[in-house]
Amino acid sequence: MNKPSAVETKTRVIKKSKIDYSQGPPPVSINAAWCKACNICISLCPQNVLAADIEGKPVVAQEENCIQCGACWTHCPDFAIKSNYK
Amino acid sequence: MSIAAKEAGARQESDVVLRYLRPHVKFPNMWCPGCGNGVVATSLIRAIDKLGLDRDNVVLVSGIGCSSRMPVYLDFQALHTTHGRALAFATGVKFSRPDLKVIVITGDGDSLSIGGNHLIHACRRNIDITTILINNYIYGMTGGQISPTTPPGAHATTTPYGSAEKPFEACDLAKGAGATFIARTTVYHTTQMDRLMMEAIQHKGFSLVEVISNCHTYYGRLNRLGQATALLRMFQEKASVQDKGTNMVDDRTKDMIPTGIIHRDSEKTELCDEYQKLIDSLAKGKPA
Ligand code: SF4
Ligand code: SF4
Repeated sequence: MNKPSAVETKTRVIKKSKIDYSQGPPPVSINAAWCKACNICISLCPQNVLAADIEGKPVVAQEENCIQCGACWTHCPDFAIKSNYK
Repeated sequence: MSIAAKEAGARQESDVVLRYLRPHVKFPNMWCPGCGNGVVATSLIRAIDKLGLDRDNVVLVSGIGCSSRMPVYLDFQALHTTHGRALAFATGVKFSRPDLKVIVITGDGDSLSIGGNHLIHACRRNIDITTILINNYIYGMTGGQISPTTPPGAHATTTPYGSAEKPFEACDLAKGAGATFIARTTVYHTTQMDRLMMEAIQHKGFSLVEVISNCHTYYGRLNRLGQATALLRMFQEKASVQDKGTNMVDDRTKDMIPTGIIHRDSEKTELCDEYQKLIDSLAKGKPA
């Protein structure tokens, strides 16, 4: 049988990101363990970078649009967003 | 090339917040989702970090209330005191160690109702303490009773048909009592909040920063104002940023929130300085 092993199946699922992180951190990242799904970051982002998942927590949907304005992480009350301030 | 990659190897700005959180405390914090207290905490961290203060020389003093939980999360020297008495304890700390930066974190009920007397006397003495008054118009921790700042007509658990009382204006009260740096901002205006906090901490004398915050769990729900995001948008619309350096136009009659520096007086002498002068003159053998 030529069924792929579990490891192979997993590696196939991972999509290659459009952004090259070799020279720096991602523009915005979320710590889902501390996030309480208050929706502030999603509604204040001027570029619609973030979108809500099924629990209402943000996921980074359009990373390439992020302008690192700082609106999301300066308004996050739970210290859950890592980003920059330009 | 990504935006991040342009700043090759640079650390992220938000890392500063994580550096000042207590490592052994359990996160997420106890505040409701979207509560403005967390926004004030991050702003305070940025202000202290930009001023380059040593964290061992910064004392956060708080009383009781939702906002008063902040020193539990932030890794500075902390003194968590009884209800309303934060300013009384802070006066003691500052008097015995004038080299420390003393910052009081308090709420509208804590500082204007239970601790109202301590506030006016700290203002009168002009002791070098920075007070951050987080005003959310309601008592949050005890279940949504009206506070001294609840606007007339607003609903709370103790006023189901609307409040008939007139509220306090914390900034006017402090100005009348003799505070020498008074500013107001909202949790929506984080950049302005950073700047005002830096100026307040640097100011020699009693400084008060009133931060209008959102309690959507009680104030927002009972007055049908919506969730945290709706309240933040309301602050954005209502705030009139009119920072002219000093005394500004009062447009509360139009139901606006004037923000910026309301009053600044650098002439008045500070209490610890005066006391030191007294000690020095007595040591020389002749009273001042
Ligand atoms: S930094 Fe600005 S553009 Fe980027 S996700 Fe946050 S709010 Fe959106
Ligand atoms: S602002 Fe913070 S806590 Fe609120 S949804 Fe965004 S990441 Fe979560």
